[in-house]
Amino acid sequence: MNSQNTYKGYRGEVLAVLRSYRAQVWSDAEIHTNRGIFKGIILPRSETADPHHVVLKLRSGYNIGIAARNIRNIVIGGHREAHYKIPEKEFPYDPKKVSVKLLGTGGTIASRLDYRTGAVIPAFTPGELYGSVPELADICNLETEKLYGVFSENMGPEQWMGTARAIGREIEKGVHGIVIGHGTDTMHHTAAILSFMVQNPPVPIVMVGSQRSSDRPSSDAALNLMHSVKTAAESSIAEVMVCMFGPTSDLYGLLHRGTRVRKMHSSYRSTFRTIGDIPLAMVSREKITPLRHDTNCRRKDRKVTINTAFEEKVSIVYYYPNMKPDIIDSLIDNGYRGIVIAGTGLGHVNKPLYPTLKRARDKNIAVYMTVQTLWGYVQMYVYDTGRDMMELGVVPTANMLPEVAYVKLGWTLGQTRDPDEVKKIMLTPIAGEITEREPSNGYLILQGGIPEVEEFISKLWK
Amino acid sequence: MTDFTFKPFSEMTEADYAAIGFRSGLEIHQQLLTAKKLFCRCPAGRYSEKYDAEILRHMRPTLSELGEYDGTALMEFKTKKDIIYQIHRETVCTYEMDDTPPFELNEEALDIALEIAMLYDCNMVDEIHIARKQYLDGSIPTGFQRTTIVGVDGHIPYRDRKINIVQLGLEEDACREVSDIGHRRTYRTDRLGMPLIETVTAPDMRTPQEVSDVANRLRWLVRSTGRVRTGIGAARQDVNVSVTGGTRVEIKGVSRIPSIPMLTYSEAMRQWNLLRLRDDLHRRGITPETFSARYDNVTRLLRKTRYQPIHNAINSGMILQCVTLVGFRDLLHWKTQTDTWFSREISDRIRVIACLTTLPNMIHSDSTADTIAASEWQAIKKAVGAGDDDTIVIVWGDQRDAETGAKEVIIRAREATIGIPSETRQALRDGTNGFERILPGPDRMYPDTDMPPKKITTERLDRIRNLLPEPYYERESWYRTLDIPTDVITPLSISSYAELFKTAVKQWNLDPVALSVALIQYPKRLCREFRHLDVTGILKESAMNEIVDAFRDGSIRREGILVVMRSVLENGGFSPNILPQPCTDAELNRIIENAMIALETMAFKDGDQKLRKLKGLVMDPLRGRVDSRMVMEKVERLVSGGRS
Repeated sequence: MNSQNTYKGYRGEVLAVLRSYRAQVWSDAEIHTNRGIFKGIILPRSETADPHHVVLKLRSGYNIGIAARNIRNIVIGGHREAHYKIPEKEFPYDPKKVSVKLLGTGGTIASRLDYRTGAVIPAFTPGELYGSVPELADICNLETEKLYGVFSENMGPEQWMGTARAIGREIEKGVHGIVIGHGTDTMHHTAAILSFMVQNPPVPIVMVGSQRSSDRPSSDAALNLMHSVKTAAESSIAEVMVCMFGPTSDLYGLLHRGTRVRKMHSSYRSTFRTIGDIPLAMVSREKITPLRHDTNCRRKDRKVTINTAFEEKVSIVYYYPNMKPDIIDSLIDNGYRGIVIAGTGLGHVNKPLYPTLKRARDKNIAVYMTVQTLWGYVQMYVYDTGRDMMELGVVPTANMLPEVAYVKLGWTLGQTRDPDEVKKIMLTPIAGEITEREPSNGYLILQGGIPEVEEFISKLWK
Repeated sequence: MTDFTFKPFSEMTEADYAAIGFRSGLEIHQQLLTAKKLFCRCPAGRYSEKYDAEILRHMRPTLSELGEYDGTALMEFKTKKDIIYQIHRETVCTYEMDDTPPFELNEEALDIALEIAMLYDCNMVDEIHIARKQYLDGSIPTGFQRTTIVGVDGHIPYRDRKINIVQLGLEEDACREVSDIGHRRTYRTDRLGMPLIETVTAPDMRTPQEVSDVANRLRWLVRSTGRVRTGIGAARQDVNVSVTGGTRVEIKGVSRIPSIPMLTYSEAMRQWNLLRLRDDLHRRGITPETFSARYDNVTRLLRKTRYQPIHNAINSGMILQCVTLVGFRDLLHWKTQTDTWFSREISDRIRVIACLTTLPNMIHSDSTADTIAASEWQAIKKAVGAGDDDTIVIVWGDQRDAETGAKEVIIRAREATIGIPSETRQALRDGTNGFERILPGPDRMYPDTDMPPKKITTERLDRIRNLLPEPYYERESWYRTLDIPTDVITPLSISSYAELFKTAVKQWNLDPVALSVALIQYPKRLCREFRHLDVTGILKESAMNEIVDAFRDGSIRREGILVVMRSVLENGGFSPNILPQPCTDAELNRIIENAMIALETMAFKDGDQKLRKLKGLVMDPLRGRVDSRMVMEKVERLVSGGRS
């Protein structure tokens, strides 16, 4: 064992103390201190924790920290190293079942403890998945491929392109459905860009993650995984979708169109919501219930258009009152090619920004307007200010969500710089990112506390 | 070795318990008196039957930190329960529902836990680490309890020895179970997340009586801080029992300490009898290696039975599985506890694990009375190939549950050849106990990745140590030398007035008997009188200090204390104008005069009766304000003077 492993996570004062008593990580030790004697196994320490304490696992299974400066002696009794491993069992093959490919990008669908950071890191092989969610074998033959092992906030153009290409390869090989494991924070960004990069797929492409990591008994990971694998294997909807909990209860998942979905709560299980429309379908362990019929149907062919163009110099600007022009100026000066504004109300910014918007237009920078209300359309004719801005070259994007407009603009600018061409691509719906109409139930946020809502909720599982 | 035969409870001696190697330890869960919960800011201690919404969850086992699955976790997973949580919005937020990560640890609760750890003389932890302790029964929606150790290796004195405290933990309370029927278990969530300390003693108690003595001792000790909750369910004991050659078995959630002796006696008896059962099996040549059992579907054979439970089961489409336990004849009728047999161990298991919750959930050939007909027993035995030395057990349920049930019968029967399974058991009202679940081990611990470790500074410990109450048992010993009423000794020793009492007696030389009665018995009496008021809240230390001060400087007399307390309650708190003004001679004379006039209109048998009435009329308005002896003498003088 090298010294890095011998003293995993320990540094500074505490490292010196451990060394002086020849104690190591996994030593079975009796530590004599000013506050008494403590017996247990020395564990690695999180690198982000302070350099003053030894972590000891007591016989009872509890961990405690012991201050290095209180230590008077350490008596080593033995060595007991933990081998944290999700039990791996070979995923059974059944010739009667269809094959589904699970592409891993990260996230906590299957995870284990990381001593370096004290947080959880993903673990992801068919065997590990079968070991923890054996129910998957009742649905399909599962193969997995780990594309990346990153947290969702670290996903970017490189990973999006790689994932799109991997999807193309799998479709060519004739897979029956694809599941993509992904962290939840930016799942809707990835779902949107894949909706543009992978066009007209013949099979379902289902993105899935978990809001409670799979190292917790109450995790939503297993059920989300079952729902998404079932969707990939059995659904007739051949689109990029997000499959996550409908209610917070372990009841059913919702299939959201990749360009209309958004994470709406920082921690709830039922965080993903279709915005400005209704979801495509509900999925439970037993069945898939379509909620609409304008979806792309599964086909037998293996044809798909993969277009991985992407211009990285694109930004979103979230407008706030009293925003100064220097914000936009700095984007212009830093060579940005496209700007998506999340404006107030129907799509507005203040007057002091006008000159810089004009400057942007003159430099052939594409500026597109979305709404920070998330629900509803951009409408720049209602007020003069809107008309003025259009004069300045700001293009309204109907009801495209800000994040979707951002990835679409990057994708578009990756293909062309011609303003008219860019505008044509941006405003032509490719995967439902702009809809012609908003149904009245596309905006339904129940207001808690109101008698009729309370009555409704009390009758249902949330 | 196991030739000792259990005697009735009342006849067991200390020597008998020593002979079987009785050992017992306690895990005491005590709620802390904080305004809010431990990891969120919901109010603590607000209970209600009402709920606004329900949530459905399932639990799956996960790996421990050392990469192992816990036995209990796997057992709970076998039960495949739907867990329903009833949510009342005033007492539960999205944290308890496991939809929001934890907020910072409640510092007030941590202080109380540290204080109690010091009372146990524990080694204090330098840095606390929050752990997740898995509970797959659903009693906590996350599937784990957030818990942390603040001190280890403490002790309290008991008789002439020490009872060791293994550790003191601070943790969040779990849900209250509403029902558990079939595959659905329902919980109420109001109690969930309330701060709780868990005191774990070493198995240092040697008789059932010692266990309840120590439980009481620990309970008084933590109550002496004045910072723990009291009342139904505020303190719950888990009692661990083992005998020589036995296994540590945990009896869960004992809320009444007086029931502990009988419960631990019964458990010791159960273990002893299970060890004797094992010896008998070994004599029969049945060991874990040679143990043989199988199960067959016998639904077809009992289609026409008149035995109602099975008749109904078949009619509702259930399956019957028959387990053959080779060589087990008569052993299901082996006595384990008072009026309880080995068959109960099996029936309990299949009730919990296979969710066969409607009783009876099995019948067996060692006890055939009032079951299926003799001919039916014969037909089944023949069909499954059971011999005369075998026992057969019939269980019923839907396809999956009946099979789980049959397998569980075999698992439990095989365990009898090994000894006593490690289990947690529930206390029953008759003093016996029933299976609850497999005993969890250290494998269910996992670091809480949502919470960083927290340093416990020396300054913090010093601040708490300076305010530490004197151990109540030391106060008790002193009280005994003061001849105060025995029933106030313990209550006073753990009361918040204990320090006041000490100062008043030691420094001001006040009468300990009068004072102890005033401090303990009067508030108790007033609680009954003022049911609608928070008597202890109003008569808090500061108010009591004022009253004792007034007693000390003579502005109220001994008889006046209760009167003043009553005024404090009526007034909603202490204020100086509540104190009675000293009585002047003029006032006293006027009162006596008025009383004499009132007396004129009444008729009396004799002079003595008249005198008594007069004394009453005079004293009523003056009680507590005057020296009664002086007034009485004056009245007597007047009366006798009047006569002469």
